[in-house]
Amino acid sequence: MISSVLAVELAYWQQTTLRVIGGLVAILLPAGGLVYVYLFKMMSFMQSRLGPMEAGPYGSMQLLAEVGKFLQKEDIIPTKADRFVFLGAPFVVLLSTFLLLLVVPFGPDAWFVDLDTGIYFAMAVSSISVIGILMAGWGSSSKYSLLGGIRAAGQLIAYELPMILAVLGVVIQAGTLNMNEIVFAQANGEIFGWGGIGNPYIITQFVGFMLFLVAIQAELTQPPFDMPVAESELVAGYMTEYSGLRFLLFFIGEFATAGVFSAIAAVLFLGGWYVPFLAPEHNLYNVLGPLVLMAKIFGVAGLIFWFRFTYPRFREDQLQRLAWKFLIPIALVNIVATGVLKVVF
Amino acid sequence: MTATTGANERDQLAYIAAKAADSRVNVELETEGMTLNIGPQHPATHGTLRIVARLDGEQVISADPVMGYMHRGYEKLTEVRTYPQVTTLINRIDWLGSFANEVPFILAAEKLMEVEAPPRAKWIRTILFEMSRIANNLLGLGDMAAQLGAVTPVFYAFRDREYVLNQVEAVTGGRFHPNFDRIGGLKDDIPAGWIASTKDSMVKMREAADELESLVFGNEIFTARTRGIGIIPAEVALEYGMSGANLRGSGVDWDLRRDAPEGMAYNEADWKVWTHPDGDSYARAWVRLQEMREGTYIVDQLLDSLPSGPVMAKVPRIIKVPEGEAFVETENPLGVMGYYIVSKGDLVPFRVKIRSASFNNIAVVPWVLKGVYVPDIISILASLYFILGDIDR
Repeated sequence: MISSVLAVELAYWQQTTLRVIGGLVAILLPAGGLVYVYLFKMMSFMQSRLGPMEAGPYGSMQLLAEVGKFLQKEDIIPTKADRFVFLGAPFVVLLSTFLLLLVVPFGPDAWFVDLDTGIYFAMAVSSISVIGILMAGWGSSSKYSLLGGIRAAGQLIAYELPMILAVLGVVIQAGTLNMNEIVFAQANGEIFGWGGIGNPYIITQFVGFMLFLVAIQAELTQPPFDMPVAESELVAGYMTEYSGLRFLLFFIGEFATAGVFSAIAAVLFLGGWYVPFLAPEHNLYNVLGPLVLMAKIFGVAGLIFWFRFTYPRFREDQLQRLAWKFLIPIALVNIVATGVLKVVF
Repeated sequence: MTATTGANERDQLAYIAAKAADSRVNVELETEGMTLNIGPQHPATHGTLRIVARLDGEQVISADPVMGYMHRGYEKLTEVRTYPQVTTLINRIDWLGSFANEVPFILAAEKLMEVEAPPRAKWIRTILFEMSRIANNLLGLGDMAAQLGAVTPVFYAFRDREYVLNQVEAVTGGRFHPNFDRIGGLKDDIPAGWIASTKDSMVKMREAADELESLVFGNEIFTARTRGIGIIPAEVALEYGMSGANLRGSGVDWDLRRDAPEGMAYNEADWKVWTHPDGDSYARAWVRLQEMREGTYIVDQLLDSLPSGPVMAKVPRIIKVPEGEAFVETENPLGVMGYYIVSKGDLVPFRVKIRSASFNNIAVVPWVLKGVYVPDIISILASLYFILGDIDR
């Protein structure tokens, strides 16, 4: 990707190194930003307090302090834990996040993999985190963890479906599964013949956008869908027995996944790296695109975290009822309407 | 002949083997119930309450509260303390509404000594009593929202409670443990300017109540989690000796502030006892919210009609309570609290029996938790609103 931007020939190892660095930056930068801006600061302001203020200016170094704290902590493994399952679980969860990132385009030529089945791939690999969470729930040999893990499995499977169905509307409208093509389709789109701002699908697929937001809220196990980690019932759900580095991995996974899902939502509904009044073929996008996408990630994630800090949580059966009886029928109607309108226009 | 017998035997053996395999499978498939120990160390129990819940999946088969992890022996400790010293101790029973703990004890002692507090003392007593109710109910509601997973309301509750605690501190010198009530009156009069600032803080409390009502009670998820959950019918509530907002949430119109106002000034204010017919978690929380709001009106009215005069009746310097027995109950923030004092005419009480509200309110837990889901354990416990110190004493 970078070789095509810089128009220089790089050796294989150089490209690979750049890709690894790029991947880490693309995962950790939004994750750290989200933790600081939303978890530390926005939550504090909503709760009429200041949040961290001591570490660095306005507490901006607090995250480093937290990471340092977690790295120093002892990595406790319960005696009766299923050792390998327990140790491997956080990595499986993080793996799903990294795989999700693969297909997200950051600019017309800035991507890790340009898959023709991009969004299909993303929906598929997002389910891998369920396996990690189930592993954590089972491997901990703790009742709270087990309850949390089973809850998470049921919840994540139930909410895959509305998420995929919400995405289908976009796919029908764009006529492609390739995520970069979806961005181009939005950038080159027209609203009733007026192509000034392109056609971000949030306008035509507003229902789909709302469904997608609800579904990723559930996929991220954030309130109001945080029963798997419900801290007032299950202590910390499937994370109860984890400490130190492994807890940190779960924590990074949670926020990094929030960032990546926000990125996918931005690509699908907000035009991805595209900004109006700058032709999408412009080469400047390979530098500007990541910044634009970052801004859009923060916009979508702002909504996610706003809900998170405001709502109480559902009960497990109420959550299932919401998914199967409410979200999925709406998503199906949305698909039918999109299909009909696609034919009509 | 033999061949058929052999075939029969083979069939029989195969049949037996199949049955045995079948039963093995059945034994393997038979799921056992899981026993989940909620507590004594658990984020939802605000202390050390333990609930032994036997679960079938997420459904509760039975739940038994195990109490006593925080038993501090207050009834015994009061026997080695003089009457004025006892109030320091019993402040700590319901630590969120401390002043209210002192009142029934002092009233019982006054009853034995046959002294009566002057009107001004009664008024201020009632005002502080209501203020501890306001602070307590506000925190209870915020905490209930926190138990249901909403992280924000509890911070608003803590923030707004300070307005009340500041006023309590201005009078008594103690935010949490005032130790202000005396046999025959109060330690001090109110400071200058306190009436105006208290009225301001009461306006703030009404705003806090409105905010909570729209933020928590107006939330669809909150209503879905509490409406029709943990229903306690009036008869059951009465059988288990529940009291306070929990009883009134079941539709029983019983409030000692109205029904037995001796020693307090509740009759001087125009107020209403709130009840809710539903008896579910929502009803209990709703009654608590209304009582908090009603409390601000009571405080306002009593501040307007505050009589002048001394705050202390004539009592001897060294208090010896004459021989006798007295039992006084008051309507504390968590429910009915009573002290049964047996005096042998000594400096110290001979025996004190404390009837605290939470102990009886929590007794209904095995009945009400049967058949609910695990998340509802927490929401029902939060709606019953107990303080650990009030259970274990």
